[in-house]
Amino acid sequence: MTFSPGQRVRVAARDHQGHHRTPGYLKGRAGEVERVHGAFTDPETRAYGADGLPRRTLYRVGFSQRELFPEHEGAAGDRLYADVFEHWLEEVA
Amino acid sequence: MSGHDDHDHDHAPVTEAEEPEAARRARVLEALLAEKGVVDRGAVRRGIDSLVSRSPADGARLVARAWVDPEFRERLLADARAAALELGLDSGPSPVVVALENTEDVHHVVVCTLCSCYPRALLGPPPDWYKSLPYRSRAVSDPRGVLEEFGLHVGDDVEVRVVDSTADIRYLVVPRRPEDTEGLSEDELAALVTRDSMIGVAEPAAPPVPA
Amino acid sequence: MEHAVHDVGGRANDDVIDRREHELADWELLTDALVGALGARGVMNVDELRRGIESMPPDAYERASYYERWLFSAETILVEKGILATGEVDRRLG
Repeated sequence: MTFSPGQRVRVAARDHQGHHRTPGYLKGRAGEVERVHGAFTDPETRAYGADGLPRRTLYRVGFSQRELFPEHEGAAGDRLYADVFEHWLEEVA
Repeated sequence: MSGHDDHDHDHAPVTEAEEPEAARRARVLEALLAEKGVVDRGAVRRGIDSLVSRSPADGARLVARAWVDPEFRERLLADARAAALELGLDSGPSPVVVALENTEDVHHVVVCTLCSCYPRALLGPPPDWYKSLPYRSRAVSDPRGVLEEFGLHVGDDVEVRVVDSTADIRYLVVPRRPEDTEGLSEDELAALVTRDSMIGVAEPAAPPVPA
Repeated sequence: MEHAVHDVGGRANDDVIDRREHELADWELLTDALVGALGARGVMNVDELRRGIESMPPDAYERASYYERWLFSAETILVEKGILATGEVDRRLG
């Protein structure tokens, strides 16, 4: 499915063996879509010699630092952004 | 006696015996690949020339232009590649470069936790610390602590935004224009824009005090 | 969930960030340009480079310098693709 700016999403908590670009510290965490970057080749297949097609949609997703790292010392409004592929995002009910 | 502590910046010629094994491996790899026709030595030379030709001065020009020209700033924030081309800088079609603007309310800092993704086409190669495990580990979990290590204190009234370059986007921070720079030319402004301020771990340099 | 060797965001790390810098050595520039040339030729792409780096044993990954990781990856991928024979670089090193 596709997502829109402002939409609340959760990063899948999948244990993916092999190359992928979703960092462990974000797996299972919820944030908001901030931007739709457009379609990019899939590093997960391209890393094994395939052409990385079909392209997958990439999103910039924003997270609350305090929620990600409760020991975070800093302003309550501090944020973290990462670029996450569509197939790693889930709707938050 | 003039001390000259060169431990960190040793430019003395290195003999083969002192080189890391990796140096020999790299040369052997080039030789093998050239013999097999997999790479062309001329192309490799040109690649090296290209690497050493890029420097933070390129990114600094973009920032200085954005400081003096609000419409250019908007174009830079909307499409950094197109804006860079206006100044004769080509960041290439891939990876995509995105400019992030610092304001009085927001301070950005960029990291690549998974490897070392960096806007090389506009800043040249990243510094060693950017690629280091402590930076990559802590920039996301304790950004303000990391900034303090770099000597930068960001007040609690400013939102710190860490941007982890996890995919094919590279981020360039547009730092805030320093105070007391109204009379400076664009070139003089560009000279204040440090590489570290375009990563987000520092502010630009202060303008020189008039004699 | 176990984290792969390179997946270090948020990991505990008490080491001071070493801010000393070094000019890239000739062999480092060479390594970078070789990888670039392989990419331009369509022989090895950046995702393969990263995958190769991520295949390093954890202690080797942490000990290696940045371009040592690139070199390890390039050799690994090139052997995988049959462009280099296993041990070919070692044999040429003598």
